[in-house]
Amino acid sequence: MNQLFRGVLVAGLAGAALFLGGCTKSTEDVRAASVKPDDRRKMAPDFSLKDSDGKPVKLSDYKGKVVLLNFWATWCGPCKVEIPWFIEFEQKYKDKGFAVVGISMDEDGWKAVKPYMAEKHINYRMAVGDDSLGSLYGGVDSLPTTFVIDRSGKIAATHVGLVSKSDYQNEIEQLIGSRPGSGAPNHAARGAN
Amino acid sequence: MAAGLAAVLLITPLAAQISNVLFVTAPEKIEGKRNEVVTADFKLQLRTGFHVNSNTPSDDYLIPLKFTFAGATVQAQEVTFPKPRMEKYPFSAKPLSVFTGDFKTTAKFKILPTAPLGQSLLTGKLRYQACSHTACLPPKTVDIKVPVEVKN
Repeated sequence: MNQLFRGVLVAGLAGAALFLGGCTKSTEDVRAASVKPDDRRKMAPDFSLKDSDGKPVKLSDYKGKVVLLNFWATWCGPCKVEIPWFIEFEQKYKDKGFAVVGISMDEDGWKAVKPYMAEKHINYRMAVGDDSLGSLYGGVDSLPTTFVIDRSGKIAATHVGLVSKSDYQNEIEQLIGSRPGSGAPNHAARGAN
Repeated sequence: MAAGLAAVLLITPLAAQISNVLFVTAPEKIEGKRNEVVTADFKLQLRTGFHVNSNTPSDDYLIPLKFTFAGATVQAQEVTFPKPRMEKYPFSAKPLSVFTGDFKTTAKFKILPTAPLGQSLLTGKLRYQACSHTACLPPKTVDIKVPVEVKN
């Protein structure tokens, strides 16, 4: 009876270990799933706008870098939750080949955006967009809408609405560690840019 | 037609599925004599899961719900909104002053002493900005048209 009990206990523990192991794997898969496989990524449409200093901003100038392209507006509450994260990401990853580019969709343009940039000490480049730019990206009608773009200039992840900071962080870290075009982690490349 | 004149958002096909969140039903007709003050109800229906900022939003950065009217025969005097709800959302530290679901606003119009007798058209606009719990839609303007009949 004791042997039978021990057998059931061992089998139960083994099963629990497998289950927990499976859960861990599953969580990793879910995290990884947010970044599309390389062969399913499409090129991010290029654009040319002016930043807050009047200097040209072209997406193609960022080729070789991972870019977080964030469409937002000053009247958008959920957008404002994300902005401190993006400030932090810019600071944390800028030396690893990463950049945040903000596109404000405010109708009032810089009149609305510049005071907000100054108030929040936004440290990344900002431009003012419109519906024609949004159309290039499939119609940006809900804000925030954010595209995480790989080093080849392809869209690796798209987020419509407020998502968690850790989702962005996982994606950025995955892409920073990937060689252009490979979709695979390249730890040797970390910090090289 | 009991539903009256329904004003529908002008939207692009790409955005149609998510941007069409607020519907306005205007009164079938406004009628009265010169110098009379008449009231008109506007019924607003907001899609489930969305809210609009009230006419008195909690923060300066939020775009209020606002009616504007223009017409040669009537003059808008006052628009009364229902009491807004104070709701907490995941993206806001404090409750926001919003409208949700179905609600009604009432506008008072004075028929101008110079108004010609017979039928004319009152035009108006409703500007609003809607959000869900996680995302916001750009501010929209709904065109409103209401027939006006000035009687003897």
